Amino acid sequence: MPMKSYREAINEALVQEMERDERVILMGEDISGGTGGNGDQDAWGGPLGVTKGLRPKFGPDRVLDTHLAEISFVGAAAGAAATGLRPVVELMFVDFMGVCFDQIFNQAAKFRYMFGGKAVTPMVVRMMYGAGFRAASQHSQCLYPMFTHIPGLKVALPSNAYEAKGLLTQAIRDDDPVMFFEHKMLYDETAEVPDEPYAIPFGEANVTREGDDVTVVAFGRMVNIAGQAADSLAKAGITCTVVDPRTTSPLDTETILETVEETGRLVVVDEAHPRCSMASDIAGLVAENAFGALKAPIRLVTAPHAPVPFSPALEDAYIPSVGKIEDAVRDAMGHGSREAAE
Amino acid sequence: MVSGLQLSREDLTQAYRRMRRIRVFENALHAEFAAGEIPGFVHLYAGEEASGVGVCMHLDDRDAIASTHRGHGHCIAKGVETGPMMMEIFGREGGICGGKGGSMHIADLSRGMLGANGIVGAGGPLACGAALTAKTLGTGGVGVAFYGDGASNQGSILESYNLAKIWNLPMVFVCEDNGFAESTASSWSVGGSQIDRGKGFGIPSREVNGNDFFEVFNTAGEAIERARAGEGPTLLHMRLARYYGHFEGDAMTYKTAEEQATEKANDPLDFFRGRVIETQLLRQTDLDAVDAEIDAEIAEALAAAKAAPMPPTDQLTTDVYVSY
Amino acid sequence: MSGIEAITMPKWGLAMLEGTVTGWDVAEGDEVSAGQEIMEIETSKIANVYESPVSGVINRIVATEGETLPVGALLAVVAGAGTESSAVDAYIADFQENFVPPEPDGDDGPAAQTIEVPGFTIRRLAMGPGTGTPIVLIHGFGADLESWAFNQADLAAERPVHAIDLPGHGGSGKDVGDGSVSALSAAVVAYMRHEGLPDAHLVGHSLGGAVAVEVARGEPDLVSALTLVAPAGFGPDIAGDFIDGFISQSRARRLRGVLEMLVSDPGLVTTDMVEGVLRFKRLDGALDALKAVAAANFEGNAQRNDLRDHLSGLSQPVRVVWGSEDRVLSASHADGMEGARITLLEGAGHIVHMERAAEVNRTILG
Repeated sequence: MPMKSYREAINEALVQEMERDERVILMGEDISGGTGGNGDQDAWGGPLGVTKGLRPKFGPDRVLDTHLAEISFVGAAAGAAATGLRPVVELMFVDFMGVCFDQIFNQAAKFRYMFGGKAVTPMVVRMMYGAGFRAASQHSQCLYPMFTHIPGLKVALPSNAYEAKGLLTQAIRDDDPVMFFEHKMLYDETAEVPDEPYAIPFGEANVTREGDDVTVVAFGRMVNIAGQAADSLAKAGITCTVVDPRTTSPLDTETILETVEETGRLVVVDEAHPRCSMASDIAGLVAENAFGALKAPIRLVTAPHAPVPFSPALEDAYIPSVGKIEDAVRDAMGHGSREAAE
Repeated sequence: MVSGLQLSREDLTQAYRRMRRIRVFENALHAEFAAGEIPGFVHLYAGEEASGVGVCMHLDDRDAIASTHRGHGHCIAKGVETGPMMMEIFGREGGICGGKGGSMHIADLSRGMLGANGIVGAGGPLACGAALTAKTLGTGGVGVAFYGDGASNQGSILESYNLAKIWNLPMVFVCEDNGFAESTASSWSVGGSQIDRGKGFGIPSREVNGNDFFEVFNTAGEAIERARAGEGPTLLHMRLARYYGHFEGDAMTYKTAEEQATEKANDPLDFFRGRVIETQLLRQTDLDAVDAEIDAEIAEALAAAKAAPMPPTDQLTTDVYVSY
Repeated sequence: MSGIEAITMPKWGLAMLEGTVTGWDVAEGDEVSAGQEIMEIETSKIANVYESPVSGVINRIVATEGETLPVGALLAVVAGAGTESSAVDAYIADFQENFVPPEPDGDDGPAAQTIEVPGFTIRRLAMGPGTGTPIVLIHGFGADLESWAFNQADLAAERPVHAIDLPGHGGSGKDVGDGSVSALSAAVVAYMRHEGLPDAHLVGHSLGGAVAVEVARGEPDLVSALTLVAPAGFGPDIAGDFIDGFISQSRARRLRGVLEMLVSDPGLVTTDMVEGVLRFKRLDGALDALKAVAAANFEGNAQRNDLRDHLSGLSQPVRVVWGSEDRVLSASHADGMEGARITLLEGAGHIVHMERAAEVNRTILG
């Protein structure tokens, strides 16, 4: 099975879906790069090279560089989707949602409902998210909880290259608007990715580790960090079930509740801020529906209620770490933190 | 291109029928709202009929329009049926959006009506998207964005000018300047001129008397022909007036009695009637017959809407997604 | 014997990079003979017993229970009686110093290829010498050539062995025609003719067994012998729950329960085995292919094919292997297989060739 990076997996899903359906078009700032200049017309392929090579392959009518004005091109994607195309629009950094959110949450998300079920808006918004890039407060946020809050949107958070290709393929084939979150720290991470097209259904969690003691629900890049913590804890005799919900909307509540019923303990790992987050959402879900199964208080491992800092020392402290997750799991087990034990 | 005065009797009658349909529809809502029969609030298009109808007479189902919160007229001009529209405004089962959208979200995608819109200026990007679809799929269709003078100051509209220009989209921007954004005069709130704004983006832009169906029809025809020919976007600045307030219940104290009288004196339907009779294109009796036909149609739509049941509450959470 | 020999982590199948020692059946000082079960190893695909590749006395057990080690890593040392302890120490030190674990992407022996044969795109894995009567391995419903991971290398010691993915399965094209045994066998025939494999020994598991019989019936010149492992088509019934669940379950935890029907000991089903099936089913066309194959061959708990008459008409020798605890296709189906040499493996389930690889391999070669 070929090993591919997260970046290559996303690129491959785009290529295969564009080959499969000519209604699929791409648009975004610098997704080819160089448009209008005298130099290379595929100069960038997106700021981190994810869409490299697509403009030469599919031409400028299907791979459209946009001007730097998100309201209009994100809105145009919504309008195009409602009239028969299947646009994949790149917002670059999710932090830029602030300038175009109306077109996503008041327009694309609501067409179907407001129009009595007669609208179909098959658009994908690709967005880079997450901290670790030394990019500070306006280029490092998660923000997926804000999209998850909106009925009409679907939200996908691939945790590795295999997931990225399958979830993006599903996103493009999906008839509802999908917010597709790509963690910028994962682009160079590799995994086994089939050459053939495949789709991973939304709303079906991936249980990446099976254990007896604690259920750890984690999102996006945090699935991998939680997995490392689980492996480390297993050596100490604490086994975790690690759940990657894959999509926050729809959310696989069934798997989350089922695994908590089995382990009786829950740790939620969310790189977003703690208030109105997926962490608080999952905690609420479990408290409401599986309270009787809980043997210990629910523990949340999140970023603080503070913007993402610039300084590497501060940013590293900001992001949920293996150590913090281990502490939370030990705490849930009543073992106390490592620091206390040492 | 056929000018407005060269239209067949049938097309002229149709244009009048649509303008009359809008007027009677809106007048009926005006009365019903005052009587407390309509939930929420409505924004009426009465007085602006020549703009919507003059543009949409050139359009067919290939073409898509994006509308505003003042959208009933655009819907009717684009061929949306008044019966389901009326039920929608009354929030009834059988409404064109199942009672989920209401006045500000009436849409009929099968007719290329992308929706009235509660967000001022939101339709510009959406219409650009429809134009992109038409261009990409080679349908020959165009996108038309209707928006007001208030929306003309939104970034969404200014961005849309630029996008339509750089992508060379088959687009027509129709700025319906009724003089007031809510209660604030466009003479104060709009810096520079609409025409200069369009020209600043390299978009051919025309000032149009929005009360004159024939002028609207002729300039819109040229714009749509340009768009269909792949020559890119055009901006039309319609000067017109709304007879009623921003929303129903608005006492319109920001307009003087003289201003309101002047607006009524330039009524687009009266203007149309006078012109076609004077030029002997249509007879008084033809027009009166249309009036009677429309009065009956709207009365029937109103009665049906009032008689229709409210949607069952199990409809509350349907139609959120295609699949979930 | 004299000298010191290493027992190392075996490589079972293409994807195996490491294995976990789940238990030793022997202790230091025990005498073992080649072929004797000495330990249990869990790979990412399935847990299995490991048979000693050598004979001698277990001088030192290096790998402890629970340890996960790469393919080729030292598990134990077999030495002749009276070998100096210091010599064993030196041997182990030398081994460990020179041991290089396999790279995930490394060039590591034969690899599966996807090739075009007339009418079909077929993924295959060929290994073994260039001469000798070839063996062609045909997997069952929903499986692929990886299901022969514990068999193919052993069988390939002295003869060429080709494992193929049937249409709709693994990495082969997903067009299964009408999904019938006849349609699937056409792909096997096309492959064998394309590769020039006359007089082959066909080994088919489950639905692949039915396919092998169909090839032998239709193209007798291509087939010199048949080994049918828990074959479909020889009894009235099948576990419809398995077929339905295999197709319909898209969550790992639900699918695991279905796959556990394949084995006598549910502990043999690994997370990666479940994940592998899920990943296959997500490929474009895979689910439709499975549905078509299932519809053509099974109906609820009934099998549509009855190949018993075909079997009696065959001139080639036929061997049959069945696990006594098969919960998908009952071992009682072997009762009516006239003329076949039948081996019943007590305690084994439906994927007997994985559960009891060494015994099945001996049956095939014997």
